[in-house]
Amino acid sequence: MTATIADVAAVRVPERSWRSELRAVRIVWRRDLVRFFDDPTRIMTWLVQPLGFLFVLGAGLQSLSASSTHGVELKTFIFPGVLCTSLVFSAMFSAASLAMDREFGFLREMMVAPVLRSSIVLGKCLGSTTIAASQGVIMLALAGLVHVPYNPVLLLGVFGLQLLVAFTVSAFGTMVAATIKQFQTFTMVMQLLVMPMFFLSGALYPISGLPAWLGIVSRLNPLTYAVDPIRRFVFSRLDVSAAARHTLAPGITWWGWRVPAVLEMAMVVAIGLTMLAIAIAKFSRTE
Amino acid sequence: MRSVSFTVEAGEVFGFLGPNGAGKSTTINMLCTLARPTAGTARVSGYDVVRDRDHVRRHIGLVFQDPTLDGYLTAEQNLRLHAELYGVESAAIPGRMRQMLEMVDLWERRDQKVMTFSGGMRRRLEIARGLMHSPRVLFLDEPTIGLDPQTRSSIWRYIRSLQEREGTTIFMTTHYMDEAEFCDRIAIMDRGEIVVLDTPEALKASVGADRVAIGTADEDAAIASLRERFGLDATVSEGAVTFHVGSGEAFVPRLFAELGVGITSVSVSRPTLDDVFMRYTGSTIRDAEASVADARNRQAMRMLMRAR
Repeated sequence: MTATIADVAAVRVPERSWRSELRAVRIVWRRDLVRFFDDPTRIMTWLVQPLGFLFVLGAGLQSLSASSTHGVELKTFIFPGVLCTSLVFSAMFSAASLAMDREFGFLREMMVAPVLRSSIVLGKCLGSTTIAASQGVIMLALAGLVHVPYNPVLLLGVFGLQLLVAFTVSAFGTMVAATIKQFQTFTMVMQLLVMPMFFLSGALYPISGLPAWLGIVSRLNPLTYAVDPIRRFVFSRLDVSAAARHTLAPGITWWGWRVPAVLEMAMVVAIGLTMLAIAIAKFSRTE
Repeated sequence: MRSVSFTVEAGEVFGFLGPNGAGKSTTINMLCTLARPTAGTARVSGYDVVRDRDHVRRHIGLVFQDPTLDGYLTAEQNLRLHAELYGVESAAIPGRMRQMLEMVDLWERRDQKVMTFSGGMRRRLEIARGLMHSPRVLFLDEPTIGLDPQTRSSIWRYIRSLQEREGTTIFMTTHYMDEAEFCDRIAIMDRGEIVVLDTPEALKASVGADRVAIGTADEDAAIASLRERFGLDATVSEGAVTFHVGSGEAFVPRLFAELGVGITSVSVSRPTLDDVFMRYTGSTIRDAEASVADARNRQAMRMLMRAR
């Protein structure tokens, strides 16, 4: 044994550079993917969850609301909403692993490494984004089943939009994970914050029909501005009546002004970047 | 922590010895840039731990008391992640990884997930990981705590072979007296201070006297009698009246003849690091730990009482 060991030279740790930071981001990102694709339960959930949302929830609600959708199937209407929902859950659970890392001690290994804390946070956030966005791709693959055509422009456009949404939700999850002290708190955040946000985002019904006070809450909900542009983009490429489009994808209004989709997405990205910055600040302060 | 001042030579195995709560981990955390000293300075490998934090981090390896491995990754993936985080040249990673895994006898299990490893295997893997980037100083915080004697001795073998091969300076804490004997030099810490620092041999020589421990029904009477008739200071330690005397064996017959208190057992031992610890702190390391634990229990009790 000793003979084989002796002949390998010692290695060298180079000075910190943008290249070493990039490597750190990449390895933290890759760790998330390796762990994800190594876990059969998570992959099963990842594959089955979109189907559940779309067909169980969609079919259930369809029976109630056939009259008001102008002949558009409810499944088609909720498709963009369900897409966002699965992004949210997937990204949040991935980001939660950061809180797990703290609990199991692994975080310390990353914290003492000679790299910037921001590289670690960024790698983590991108890992969650990738996993969430890949779930979005599975959703997109199901588009045909809910009468959304496989139009390349539509698919690419939605893919781009959902990537940005996945990033913002991941940044939010990372920020929460960086803030909390115990993993259980994460579940509480999911129940108390994320679930209501999901219900009030217009994912399952148009918020135009909500009572005035809930309409205000919806407009304050960041997730609303993630769902709406995707839905508007999908509906702009669907072969439906103008009345249906007007009822089902009316857009969000502020005091009667229809907020442009570009502004909505810009808000989503700005919120994501802000949260990422907060997460980095929180992380840099500990230890 | 009070005032602590010491220098560790390059390439030596330096041991920090003391009961739990003596300030060993705090010292190590400051040297590893994990805790900021409120006053004073520390330099590791020539770099200041506060001002040149990154430089310090590049040159040290760490093995913590608590596990910091990712159980969902394999042994190999854990090491690779570490090498990437430390920016080890990609081409050098496989060779270095094999070298380290072979050293700790885990090469055969490189593809297995760490969660399937036993406590001893995990600790060995952590040591291998701490060495992946060829640190100049390896910090080991209680590396052998909770491990079986066989694993403990193999860990010591790795530490020694490593020091010979790469000249790595080893800085470790332990509260096992017998392990401290393996160090080149040891610092004994008690209540946030270094009470003495020297080679194990010099420390044992400084005690000089043998240790005599006697079992008796009336400990107070025995202590009083020892002081009166022989001029010896004795204390109760680990359930026996203990004192130090020049040549123990020759003293025992006199003891029986002149003490005047019933003796149920007697043992004489050459000085060990336990005696060194006792000489400089006035208690054995186990007693010192018991009193720390007592204080903690008392505090917990007080808090419970207050909560009522």
